[in-house]
Amino acid sequence: MEHFLEAFSWINMRFLLEGLLITIQVSLLSIAFSFIIGGILGIIRYVKIPVLSSIIGVIIDIIRNLPLLLIIFFTYFGLPNMGVRLNIFWSAVAAMAVFQSAMLAEIIRGGIVAVPKGQMEAARSTGLTYTQAMRIIILPQALKKMIPPIVGQFISLVKDTSLATVIVLPELTYSARIIYSQDSNLVLPMFFMITLLYFLICYCLAKLSVRLDRSLS
Amino acid sequence: MFQILNDYSSELLEGFQITLISSVIALIFSLIIGVLLAILQISGKKLFITLANIYVEFFRNIPLLIIAMFFYVVVPVFWVPLSGFAAGTIGLTLYTAAFIADTVRAGILAVPKGQMEAARSTGLTFIEAMRYVVLPQAFKIVIPPLGNQFISLIKNSSVLALVAGFDLMYQGDIIASETFNVFDTYILIALIYLLLTMPLSYLMRYLEKHWSIN
Repeated sequence: MEHFLEAFSWINMRFLLEGLLITIQVSLLSIAFSFIIGGILGIIRYVKIPVLSSIIGVIIDIIRNLPLLLIIFFTYFGLPNMGVRLNIFWSAVAAMAVFQSAMLAEIIRGGIVAVPKGQMEAARSTGLTYTQAMRIIILPQALKKMIPPIVGQFISLVKDTSLATVIVLPELTYSARIIYSQDSNLVLPMFFMITLLYFLICYCLAKLSVRLDRSLS
Repeated sequence: MFQILNDYSSELLEGFQITLISSVIALIFSLIIGVLLAILQISGKKLFITLANIYVEFFRNIPLLIIAMFFYVVVPVFWVPLSGFAAGTIGLTLYTAAFIADTVRAGILAVPKGQMEAARSTGLTFIEAMRYVVLPQAFKIVIPPLGNQFISLIKNSSVLALVAGFDLMYQGDIIASETFNVFDTYILIALIYLLLTMPLSYLMRYLEKHWSIN
């Protein structure tokens, strides 16, 4: 029991919270990037521009079918061979953003496809242009359908940031490992603490998604 | 790239086997646990529902890496020593079971309620009705999303690399550090993963389309 108290001393907690801060920063940045990139790619996939849409489709399929860990390794260790050198933090953000963009693009395309075709036809017949119909009629409806899977994707993003430990990103999991590697009595308390922190973030996000879904429908 | 494939073929093959074996073991056990959890969740008994929900919510909302590391780092300290392979596979199983439970539950709920009521009214018990009437119908609904879970499972098995599980990712890491040819090595490893996941992914897409029409 005394190990637990010792484990949660101010100095350890501060170290963990600094790790948590990095976890949150990486998550938020990659969410922002992937939302923009995924949105654009998803719409390009939906409107079926010849050649371009199918090329993007293949790239998305490839990325979706690779382990994120591999993409992280590749961004940090492989890209310098191509002359692109990113530091640890931005490697992690880039890898997560690429992976999540591919996931989001499919969700967004799926959401738009799920809006009944008649909606577009009706909107066009009232005199709206394609872009207007898309923006005012289709996208708002599609967005409602997309919210649960998008939030689900963000939850897995937060969890996946723990994989960036392999490129020594000082995030939450890594901080905990540093602390317990110095004193093996702290192993259990540290696992308890990081499990709790990850759980709290992801659980709250999950509940938020349920609430959003209810208030929109 | 062909040079690497040639020089390290036995390591790559071993990694490939371990990834495949770990994924299949984890799939089998997480299917069993997942289906049991799903049945508990719709059993109507409050205690069972709560217990199953706690399991699902807990494992869905923590990183797989933490679970695998728990079995690799913590369990040996207090209980039995586990190899990286065992720790990783146990972690994968427990983690995936939570997602499978959700998928299966959604599938069972998609079967109209009247089916269960009708089956019960003919004198079948809850378990019999489940087994002969509801689950076979849920099966078709559930197969495509379950397939997608299996694809995630294969991808997630790369977490074995972080607990010294000697899987494909782990071998790739070693080869990259020995040859210094990081770029080609990871491309090669990526191709091997795609060999496993891509066909499955297209099969599931086909099934989704094909079965939704019927």
